[in-house]
Amino acid sequence: MATRHSKAARLFQKNREKAEWQDNTLWGVRVKRDRMAKSLDEWETLRDMASAIKKHTVTNLDVYLEQFAENAEKNGIIVHWAKDAEEFNETVLDILRSHDVRKLVKSKSMLTEECEMNPYLEKNGIKVVETDLGERIIQLLDQKPSHIVMPAIHLTQEEVGALFEKELGSEKGNSDPAYLTYCARKSLRDEFLTADAGLTGANFGVAQTGEIVICTNEGNADMSTSVPKLHIAAMGIEKVIPDYRSLAVFHRLLARSATGQPSTTFTSHFRGPRPGGEMHIILVDNGRSRMLGDDLHWETLKCIRCGACMNTCPVYRRSGGYSYTYFIPGPVGVNLGMLRDGKKYHDNVSACSLCCSCDNVCPAKVNLSEQIYAWRQQLRDFGKEPMSKKVMSGGMKFIFDRPGLYNAAIGCSPLINAAASAAGYAGLGLWGKGRDLPEFAKESFHTMWKKGKVKNDK
Amino acid sequence: MKVGLFVPCYVDALYPEVGVASYKLLTALGVDVDYPLEQTCCGQPESNGGFEDMAVSQAEHFEDVFKGFDYVVGPSASCAAFVKLNYPRLLHGKHECETAGKVMDMVEFLHDVLKVESLPGRFPHVVSVHNSCHGVRELGLSSPSERNIPVYSKIKNLLNLVEGITVREPERPDECCGFGGLFSVDEKEVSVKMGEDKLRRHMETGAEYITGPDSSCLMHMQGIAKNGKHPVKFKHVVEILAAGL
Repeated sequence: MATRHSKAARLFQKNREKAEWQDNTLWGVRVKRDRMAKSLDEWETLRDMASAIKKHTVTNLDVYLEQFAENAEKNGIIVHWAKDAEEFNETVLDILRSHDVRKLVKSKSMLTEECEMNPYLEKNGIKVVETDLGERIIQLLDQKPSHIVMPAIHLTQEEVGALFEKELGSEKGNSDPAYLTYCARKSLRDEFLTADAGLTGANFGVAQTGEIVICTNEGNADMSTSVPKLHIAAMGIEKVIPDYRSLAVFHRLLARSATGQPSTTFTSHFRGPRPGGEMHIILVDNGRSRMLGDDLHWETLKCIRCGACMNTCPVYRRSGGYSYTYFIPGPVGVNLGMLRDGKKYHDNVSACSLCCSCDNVCPAKVNLSEQIYAWRQQLRDFGKEPMSKKVMSGGMKFIFDRPGLYNAAIGCSPLINAAASAAGYAGLGLWGKGRDLPEFAKESFHTMWKKGKVKNDK
Repeated sequence: MKVGLFVPCYVDALYPEVGVASYKLLTALGVDVDYPLEQTCCGQPESNGGFEDMAVSQAEHFEDVFKGFDYVVGPSASCAAFVKLNYPRLLHGKHECETAGKVMDMVEFLHDVLKVESLPGRFPHVVSVHNSCHGVRELGLSSPSERNIPVYSKIKNLLNLVEGITVREPERPDECCGFGGLFSVDEKEVSVKMGEDKLRRHMETGAEYITGPDSSCLMHMQGIAKNGKHPVKFKHVVEILAAGL
């Protein structure tokens, strides 16, 4: 019954010290988030509003997208539409080629990860430099993000120190975070100054004004767009919101939920090209309009990618981002992976104890655990029904559907053990190391009741 | 008021004393209680594993057994939550679901319906409260730590009525213990690690007993405590509330 997630999680747990560290670090972010959430009396109202705005916007997505594109064009932005990852990558390459771009600096964009843009551009001769510190670290290591907000959270400062020593020529043995950040900044400064174009994601697209809003802590989106004259923004179509009033709601929720800050250090509004420059926005569908039509799972589209569900998830914290087979891990990643391709990413639905903590931290009130539960019911649609679990469940059903048999089974201990075995708790080694089996009572409640032993003498 | 006592399958087989304590406490509080012998399981184990369709016949059976009562009360937050939240969907298109509106966990029933203000027993021990996930986040037995709502705990309110008791809560007061039904089998390493962490935090409170509204979480942590030879003891919250009966 082991899934690819559970096997990877087992390996992750082998390094006990690092596993502990990961759990404590991410729990620390959850604690900071709680402090922020509890410092605003209107927190739960904001969550209700965010959920309602998202529902309204995705329900009227065609209207808001057209309004957004029209206003962006009025602002002098060139708007492109991409139906899938392939079309998106081709559009980026076309724009870069028509401007003779050889080096592209970019700020963090999960959409470009989703579309696997970097390898595509590099294959086509464009040098791509990530400028978010975490993204830069994992780019130098040729790794993928293990968290959507803190992509290098799986690495210790010592590991980063060793990497920078090799790649950036930093001092041997110096892993002081301030020093390492200084080294990264120095090296990135050169990249910014010599880049031919900058690419960013978009946290929000405001339909009313035709602008995009980007939140960063490092100012790297600003550097990526203020040195090169060409700015390309990649935006998933679900990122559009109606107006400034809705932006105010999301802005108050995003950083508080993501990192426990009242606001990101930089919140930048891009409303048009710089004088003498060019700005492009590529609106990407890549399956989103299909998700919108999914009765059980459309709510995933409300996600604003804050990562709070990862930080609170007891399974994510104890299995790490790489244990998931989809590039976005944690509760929302389980759901996004299934929406992307259930046949390919079904292994992640086991990574949930249904504790529902994610539902309660989510600033947009996405019903994450309810959807994971629903995906488990749908596994057979993808031909991925877990057979051993089906046999176990079938065994349970057989007994539970027959009160006489159930009572007989519960009534005497050898049969109890058989029933427990059918439930997988004994004999098959499924219960695992580190915990003992429960002991069965000599007499069940049922038997005691029948014998008249359950009474109140007082 | 006629109450149907719902003793979930695993409580029936493993922790009959919890069923007995429920019966004693309810009757001591003057409630007319019956235990319908035909009851089996609510269907949650299969459903959480992805086989909800197998639970439909169990839901229908549960309805038949319990629909005649004014309340269906059981000492297991997770099972009560399953009936309450999922039965209307499972029975959709068959007939109106009656039990979803009648089912309650013992803590909820004692706190919200009977509004218990005093208890006869004494329990002169330090206990650490295990806020089980479905109790907290599906039934609202206490305020979820994630939310910005007034802090409350129906479990602690009730426990504090018992003479001599010292009630504590672990750090990360409502983090999951890692049981999760078939999750504990599917993801056993993570499940055991979650349980070990939870157990440690409970023990760090200095508690002699770990108590909660869900025997399944207690069972999971008890298995880990036994494996690690930790002397901490486990009691369902109803057993403590029924102390002396």
